[in-house]
Amino acid sequence: MKEETVIKVEGLTKVFGDFTAVNKISFHVRKGEIFGFLGANGAGKTTAMKMLIGISSPSSGSANVAGFDVYTQTEDIKKSIGYMSQKFALYDDLTVKENIRFFGGIYGLSKNRISQKSNLLIEELGLEKVAHSLVGSLPLGWKQKIAFSVSLLHDPKIVFLDEPTGGVDPITRRQFWEMIYKAANNGTTIFVTTHYMDEAEYCDRVSIMVDGNIEALDTPKNLKTHFGSDSMNDVFLKLARS
Amino acid sequence: MSIHIDHISKSYGKVNALDDISIQVDPGELFGLIGPDGAGKTTLFRILTTLLLPDHGSASVAGYDIIADFKAIRKQVGYMPGRFSLYQDLTVEENLRFFATIFGTTIAENYDLIRDIYVQIEPFKNRRAGKLSGGMKQKLALSCALIHKPKVLFLDEPTTGVDPVSRKEFWEMLKRLQAKGITILVSTPYMDEAALCDRIALIQDGRILEIDTPKAIVEHYPKPIFDVGAHNTYLLIEKLNAYVHKHSVFPFGEYIHYTDQRDGFDPLELRAYLKNEGLQNIHIERTKATIEDTFMELAKQ
Repeated sequence: MKEETVIKVEGLTKVFGDFTAVNKISFHVRKGEIFGFLGANGAGKTTAMKMLIGISSPSSGSANVAGFDVYTQTEDIKKSIGYMSQKFALYDDLTVKENIRFFGGIYGLSKNRISQKSNLLIEELGLEKVAHSLVGSLPLGWKQKIAFSVSLLHDPKIVFLDEPTGGVDPITRRQFWEMIYKAANNGTTIFVTTHYMDEAEYCDRVSIMVDGNIEALDTPKNLKTHFGSDSMNDVFLKLARS
Repeated sequence: MSIHIDHISKSYGKVNALDDISIQVDPGELFGLIGPDGAGKTTLFRILTTLLLPDHGSASVAGYDIIADFKAIRKQVGYMPGRFSLYQDLTVEENLRFFATIFGTTIAENYDLIRDIYVQIEPFKNRRAGKLSGGMKQKLALSCALIHKPKVLFLDEPTTGVDPVSRKEFWEMLKRLQAKGITILVSTPYMDEAALCDRIALIQDGRILEIDTPKAIVEHYPKPIFDVGAHNTYLLIEKLNAYVHKHSVFPFGEYIHYTDQRDGFDPLELRAYLKNEGLQNIHIERTKATIEDTFMELAKQ
């Protein structure tokens, strides 16, 4: 059985003035894969991700996300993906239910579907007691779990997660990753950035960006073997410091 | 004692931000407050730097009481808040000179103390602080917190959101400052940084879970821990969680950390169970607890 590729990137480049933020990166991501996108601050991760989610036009190269072209079909891309980041995920001054309704509406779900999904989500996360509380009053870990569920509301093919677990307590961080595993197991592709190197080990494959280039891309196991390291933290330090 | 915290409590409305916290930090110690967002770390920093009053309890810093001697404390401590708090529209050099001046000193007088850190941003000394990268802002903030040669340095999550390379460099800088006799209280949500402190307090929901050296904390872990791996991690987590004898199941890097309820746990029995549940390439091996294991075990209770 041939595995389906849902992200195809060839020579993707972004130049700002005389600064090359992303330099001819190429990679493929398979359906249902958990793909870790790592790099130091300023290595070009965010710029690359912005091109993939259709909000920044590449300078050159090509990329196809969920079957759509990043130059000409950005609106189709946006409908086919979910996105959440540490900085922005939900509206603090809306309740949990209102957030779900809002994002469901944005993604064009019918009223019935939103109400169905909303009940399911609240039940799965055990949020019955806080369904009508403002999101701003909830602990960060809860918010991030809700945000992830909300990013899956419209059954996207791919979910982009930009440092989803920063500052979250260790137990909730693991519950979050169990949700990621579950989504991936259901066929959703996960594209995730993180500064927690133990989380890099949870990924099926990991790419490491240094100064705009992808310097390494493989399974965590192979990367560790290749660099003679016993942890991804060590692999990262070796690559980013050289 | 360099920092003496005695039964401090603080609530905001119904939320107990700090609940009866006591910590002693020795002179010259590098002491870590380890805990997630919302643990109460920032509230404690704000109380110790005299920016907030506790509801109950008392504390002193460098020998001065946080209430009676608050002005003296402000001269003796350096504080780097979690959120970037320098003047965005002043240049790098202007910010540093500003902080030196309000503390009645000059950059030249204490340059030795900040040289290590400041040389890395000095090439950009005419750039406005708001235009610096995250890593450079962090270095400038640390320089400004040090320019009056404080006895005690408070660093609130200086490495949050910072990549592993910059984090490592930052901790190397802290070690050098400690060697110069400065007492450092630093908070972090990264458990791996805990190992770099002399002693740590694990803190969650305003309560202290444990205070000790990182080594002792790890040794106190009550149960044998096993690395468990298999071909499908998701299925493995599901099956381990469904196992009647499990005590805890947490993903940990390449493997799952598993502990059993029973004293005489036999890994072969678990292997047979997992095999029966359809898992392949099963790997079970005894491993050592980390600070994070301890934190989660204590937080569960």
